[in-house]
Amino acid sequence: MANTQAMCTSFKGELLVGHHNFGTGVTRGSTAADTFKAALYVDTATVNATTTAYSATNEVSGTGYTAGGATVTFGTAPSTSGTTAFVTPSASIAYTTVTLTTAFNAVLIYNSTQSNKAVSVHTFGSQTVTAGTFTLTMPVNDASTGLIRIA
Amino acid sequence: MIVTTTKGDMDDSLLEKREGSIDNDTEATGWVEYWLDGELVHRSVNMVLKRGVFAEGETQAI
Repeated sequence: MANTQAMCTSFKGELLVGHHNFGTGVTRGSTAADTFKAALYVDTATVNATTTAYSATNEVSGTGYTAGGATVTFGTAPSTSGTTAFVTPSASIAYTTVTLTTAFNAVLIYNSTQSNKAVSVHTFGSQTVTAGTFTLTMPVNDASTGLIRIA
Repeated sequence: MIVTTTKGDMDDSLLEKREGSIDNDTEATGWVEYWLDGELVHRSVNMVLKRGVFAEGETQAI
């Protein structure tokens, strides 16, 4: 047996469910999961790792699209495998019957329960939608491809 | 089949259908368009994300 320096895998998973607090945290009303949303951004926006919260600046707009985007369903609790913690929405994110004529290429996942704080940015090939539906189907929820992974 | 368009619901027999797709390391995307007399009246996109974002936690030796 030997000791090994490591970040504990359990800790990574517990970060995803709010068990640890090294600074000034937030008061939670319950142990229930937060509500997360997904907002789309135009090609010329600058959402990235420095984004701290949802903003309507350079968010897409158009018929049928509500500012702030769509609610994201996390029906499956975060999990760990190997040394990676991960979580993925349990359902596709759909923007139904919208017209978005300005090309967009990013979605911001953010926590609408916690002051719209940013979670992650996902980019993709530029798209437009005309009187149609934009559906984002989630990757496989595992340690290799899950939408949000901490290794 | 009835298609929602910028002109209202229309039977697809009246429209020209165009489809396309791309498949790369990050996404597999397909789209369908319906055109009426040279005008785009419907475009839907289905995008399958292949992988999410990744953060690596590190510990510093003491």
